[in-house]
Amino acid sequence: MAKRPVKAPRRARPKLSPPRIGSVRELRQFQRVMAEALFRPLTAGDGLQPTWSDGRTTRSVVEEFVKPNDRLTAMERVEIYARSYWFRVLDCLYDDYPGVHSIIGVKCFMKLTTAFLAECPSESFTLRNLGSRLPQFITDNPAFTAPRTALAVDMAWFEWAQVVAFDGMALPPITEDEILDAGPALKVALQPYLGIMQCSYPVDEFALALKKRDSALRGESSNAVSALKGKRAGARPRLPRREAICVAVHRQQNMLFFKRLEPEAYAILTALRAGRTLSAACVAALRNANPAIDWAARVREWFQAWQSLGWLCRRPARGRS
Amino acid sequence: MPANPFNNHTEYGIGIGLRVPHYRHILEKKPVVDWFEIISENFMVDGGRPLEILDKILEQYRVVQHGVSMYFGSADKPDREHLKRLKTLTRRTQTPWLSDHLCWGSVDGRYTHDLLPMPYTFAVARHTAAKIREVRDFLEIPICVENVSSYTEFHQSEMTEWEFLSEVVEKADCGILLDVNNIYVSSKNHSFDPYDYVTGVPHHRVGQVHIAGHTKYKKYILDTHDHPVLDPVWKLYERAIQLCGHTATLLEWDDRIPTFDEVHNEALKATKFLGETSGKSAAARAPEAVAA
Repeated sequence: MAKRPVKAPRRARPKLSPPRIGSVRELRQFQRVMAEALFRPLTAGDGLQPTWSDGRTTRSVVEEFVKPNDRLTAMERVEIYARSYWFRVLDCLYDDYPGVHSIIGVKCFMKLTTAFLAECPSESFTLRNLGSRLPQFITDNPAFTAPRTALAVDMAWFEWAQVVAFDGMALPPITEDEILDAGPALKVALQPYLGIMQCSYPVDEFALALKKRDSALRGESSNAVSALKGKRAGARPRLPRREAICVAVHRQQNMLFFKRLEPEAYAILTALRAGRTLSAACVAALRNANPAIDWAARVREWFQAWQSLGWLCRRPARGRS
Repeated sequence: MPANPFNNHTEYGIGIGLRVPHYRHILEKKPVVDWFEIISENFMVDGGRPLEILDKILEQYRVVQHGVSMYFGSADKPDREHLKRLKTLTRRTQTPWLSDHLCWGSVDGRYTHDLLPMPYTFAVARHTAAKIREVRDFLEIPICVENVSSYTEFHQSEMTEWEFLSEVVEKADCGILLDVNNIYVSSKNHSFDPYDYVTGVPHHRVGQVHIAGHTKYKKYILDTHDHPVLDPVWKLYERAIQLCGHTATLLEWDDRIPTFDEVHNEALKATKFLGETSGKSAAARAPEAVAA
């Protein structure tokens, strides 16, 4: 899982909507203005912000291109779309990050995700990818989750790993014979859907406790308008205490599972994901390991388990893993 | 029954949308359903449970793909990654035709995930039609574009929505997914006669019809897909079928989804209208009849 700073690209500030639309350039200009109206966070009363980004009134900007009717002003008509946009995307993140909103509370979660979406609007055709940059955004903007930032960051990465494990790519798993035939120089890849992470908190246990409380399914894409979901019923499980863990998020027969890993096992898997050979991964991971332990036997057991779980696959030709 | 090239000459009846809360019922009970419509984006993934479910459905049922993010009306060019994934899915489902909306929803690579109305101008119609042709040529299957429900109108528009829809589909030489609920919702929000709309589109291009429920508010109607179909929409549907002939019909129910049987029974109410009008379909579908 690559962790890189979330940086919003510079975008041209939209001008006025053109008075007529006779070209693709004018269509783009019109769409930039309308999109800007939607992407700006709503007021506390779920309306459009009264002032446009350049200081004009939003009303005057909107009235340039939207007609009023006998019941609604131009502003009110655009507000229907603005509310639909924000309710939809906030609802999507609420569904994908139940652990994070349980940790920081619904109110803080709404502030966090509103700020996130204002800076990082969706760049994918599918809502499935909407929250892909949220874990890094939380890391880069700790004020939204303070004083529980470390736990929120762990949980956000853990929950994004679940999205990937749910429908990520699976390559043909490598067989035991292939491993034995190739020997220690074999470069093995990990399944693209497999998430492995080192956390400061036992987020897996917290997630399971939440799941017991709330067995809501992930939402699906739809083009209908729906209201933002309310707070789920039931008391929140106790927040976990700090405890270093390594954990894998994976799927078996298309069901999601979490599996704790020993630190050395995590180190081997991380090295394999980074492209090391089997032998190099083991050497690097066990360099400072306790010599009193029979690591050869343990590593054999791990590989048998990983192979039976289908986690290992051949490295694709272009190194995708 | 006349062949309609815009739904690949198929004779589909009444279908319903495939939705998560019904998966278990469908896979265990295997109810008799003519066809399911899937939201393409829900299955444009690399693996896991969504594709497993889809494959099980495909073993038993005919599936038609319906998209929500192609945005034919966006100024941006079609996203190649999106198109490749969509084509892979069409190969998997063998969908006879594919539908998406006559709308825009993204600009400069940023997505609203909404179906936004377009300014109805001739230049926009030309651009939109060119994009539809490009997508169809890439996917190599017929495309039907769906009219959306809308809540705004623009000063820049040069024609009515149905004139714009007709202009686009004629220029793109594609089909129409006529959503009669959307027509009704927009007619109330923009104060036009929905029958003018249904009468004004090229009926021989209608490859599919959508029906759905909506929610009335004090000052406008919202397209919520969370209710049974209301009477005025059934009446409009009846008129549409009289004009278009027997047409593949799908009930959309996307929120507050009731039991499978409740959704299916609601959809099957369309049988009454399809049965009454199927005999008139040949005359209604011929292009000459439209011109007359």
